[in-house]
Amino acid sequence: MAVVDLTEAAKGREELLTRVRELAETDPLACYQCGKCSAGCPLSFAMDYQPRQIIRLVQLGMREQALGSSTIWLCAGCATCTTRCPRQVKIDGVMDALRQLAGQDGRAPREREVAAFHTSFLESVRRGGRVHELGMVGSYKLRTRRIFQDGGLGWNLLRHRRLPLKASPLRDRKTVERIFRAAEVRG
Amino acid sequence: MKRVGVFLCWCGSNISSAVDLDQVAEQTALLPHVVHVEQYKYLCSDPGQETVRKAIKEHALNRVVIAACSPRMHERTFRRAVGSVGLNPHLMEIANIREQCSWVHPDKVTSTPVAVDLVRTAVAKAVKDIPLEPSYVGIEKRALVVGGGIAGIQAALDIADSGYEVVLVEREPTIGGRMAQLDKTFPTLDCSSCILTPKMVEAGQDPRIRLLTYAEVESLSGYIGNFEARIRMKARSVDLDRCTGCGDCWNKCPYRSPGEFDLGLGKRKAIYLPFPQAVPNKPVLDRATCAYFQKDGKCQVCKKVCAPGAIDFEQQDEILEERFGAVVVATGFDLWDHGRYGEYGAGQHPDVISSLEFERLVSASGPTDGKIKRPSDGKLPERVVFIQCVGSRDEAKGVPYCSKVCCMYTAKHAILLKEKIPSSQSYVFYIDVRAAGKNYEEFYRRATVEYGAQYIRGRVSRIYPRGDSLVVVGEDTLLGQKVEVEADLVVLATAVVSRSDAPQVAQKLGFSYDQHGFFTEAHPKLAPVETNTAGIFLAGACQGPKDIPDTVAQAGAAAAKVVRLFAKDQLETEPTVARVDRARCAGCEWCRPICPYKAIEMEAVTERVGSGQVARRVAKVNPSLCHGCGACSVACRSGAMNLLGFSNEQVWAEVEALCL
Repeated sequence: MAVVDLTEAAKGREELLTRVRELAETDPLACYQCGKCSAGCPLSFAMDYQPRQIIRLVQLGMREQALGSSTIWLCAGCATCTTRCPRQVKIDGVMDALRQLAGQDGRAPREREVAAFHTSFLESVRRGGRVHELGMVGSYKLRTRRIFQDGGLGWNLLRHRRLPLKASPLRDRKTVERIFRAAEVRG
Repeated sequence: MKRVGVFLCWCGSNISSAVDLDQVAEQTALLPHVVHVEQYKYLCSDPGQETVRKAIKEHALNRVVIAACSPRMHERTFRRAVGSVGLNPHLMEIANIREQCSWVHPDKVTSTPVAVDLVRTAVAKAVKDIPLEPSYVGIEKRALVVGGGIAGIQAALDIADSGYEVVLVEREPTIGGRMAQLDKTFPTLDCSSCILTPKMVEAGQDPRIRLLTYAEVESLSGYIGNFEARIRMKARSVDLDRCTGCGDCWNKCPYRSPGEFDLGLGKRKAIYLPFPQAVPNKPVLDRATCAYFQKDGKCQVCKKVCAPGAIDFEQQDEILEERFGAVVVATGFDLWDHGRYGEYGAGQHPDVISSLEFERLVSASGPTDGKIKRPSDGKLPERVVFIQCVGSRDEAKGVPYCSKVCCMYTAKHAILLKEKIPSSQSYVFYIDVRAAGKNYEEFYRRATVEYGAQYIRGRVSRIYPRGDSLVVVGEDTLLGQKVEVEADLVVLATAVVSRSDAPQVAQKLGFSYDQHGFFTEAHPKLAPVETNTAGIFLAGACQGPKDIPDTVAQAGAAAAKVVRLFAKDQLETEPTVARVDRARCAGCEWCRPICPYKAIEMEAVTERVGSGQVARRVAKVNPSLCHGCGACSVACRSGAMNLLGFSNEQVWAEVEALCL
């Protein structure tokens, strides 16, 4: 494994910390690396860096490794970590912040399907003010080209009328659009 | 005629439920000399003791055996009870049938014969008991404090404030010690000299405290209440009575050499004041660096400029002999020499410095006036790496223990660095952060969160130069990766170690020290400021690594012990001490080196042999020093040494009662 040059990392450290502090409204430096977050994380089994290690990367200013990790995309945002953190670090917020920074960098996410899901979800909400599941699934499948994945499950849901065919959009769609615009301006 | 009374205690159900006491009573009554046997539910209670007292009178008992709990528990209680009706307290024996019988045996079948044996043994010993009287010694109510750091100063002030005289001996030219070298103190960031200097001045001005600086204790003899010390006043070449501390001499002195107080980072003159707040505020002439003494015998500039004529080139070392009742030892600590870490540059790189050197660089009164200039080129460092546990927790090259103070002062250094050089970045390599203390953890968190110190968990493996900076290589064990930092300055938190001459000091003063040279307390928990020599107490880091609050607390405790001693007019000594049978003593001196308390010396006696007089040497025990351990009586080949209360005869009687 390559040696990490902390002097080099330190150059971008302040900027990374500032951005994360702004976006996540929490200070990653407060973390004392006890590992309680990782121990309780329901998805840590699939992660390349444990949640604790992601915070550590941020503390050291190792932007490349943090933004390029699978972890930030696999995080489901359940906030078990944040609820349990003795130092009151919003770990899920940091994950979110890192995803946003990755997006701003125009960086291809390590977990393409996860990003595709996020995009399809937001698209659907923007269009109708609430999610239209069938539409969202369709656009997700087009994005990922995994047409037949979970086909059986979809058929069962349709049969039991849990997946409405027709969207039922909100009436006041202008407000929804305003919210999206505002969010885009914030970055 | 020996009349023994035996009292069996039930100890509630502690003994009675596990031992058949009726059977014990029955068998005990058959023993020779036993005239009375009695049981009671709680012998230690007031009515219980009264039973014993009543029986002594009614049955004219002259020996008492109490079969109850351990003598550690109630020996004093029953000695007092027996003594209160006019019997000598040492004519009482205890048979421990609780800890050594009822508590450890599973049932009455096993325990009862054991209890019978124990009681029989005690009776056999009691029959041979002789009345013993304590001896009394006077107390010289003056204290000697060795070492003038914060520990010694605090102890001296507390003792003096209680109204007793103190002599404070310091081997450096000024008191103040290590604390005077520090810049700020954790976790409050008080300026060290601001809180120390008033105490130094107070110690210097208190009429009951006599400061002997530039002096060393040569030897200590005697015992608690009556110590005799020989103190060497080193030739200072300055007459302290005449000197006004004006400074003309050190301003004019033409010779400079590296200053000890600044750890060689700055220069001092040959005649110098170690630091401006020194107490006494009078210089010392270092003959080793003075041209008058080393070269031509001409210079004499200091003497010429000294208006009061205080310079005395002819001054000689002086020996003082003083008597003291108690001694407080507070000789402080040293730092481990990081030259032994080849991988950290073996102490050869000027920009790899110790934490104490860093203190001098940050200190406003230091060689750089508080500007953190790195030693090699005077540049202000932007990137500073602090490494903890240098020598500490390293059984291979250093010491196995934790030095206790480094975690906190390193956090302090990181804070001070950021305050002095706001654009700087600090990196702290650590193994664990040990911040156990009031407000310590919070202080350490401030260093990381508010001051942005980067803590990296892992031991540094190597430091090497690259250009004019240093590359520090370690592992971030939290990240699981090797990391590298380029630094302008590296500060090593070197281990707190004992003074190099600590073993000699302990031997000279007569108490024990551990394998690391730290002075040993009499009990790690219950006698933390006492030594195993009565009347000698410990304070500060000479006993083990310690921060300032702990040191001050310990010094206060040591002072309280001294004052407690001085509150008495006489000392009662335990009568259970060794006694020599002069007629039997062959004068072989085997006992003398064996005695851990230096209580045995030799004396000459003259005897009549036939018609002539023969002089010979025999052992003599000083009862004030003897702790009654019995080592000498075991070693004595002619059986001349006897421990009163545990005489050879008594021990034999016990063995016989048990085995025959």
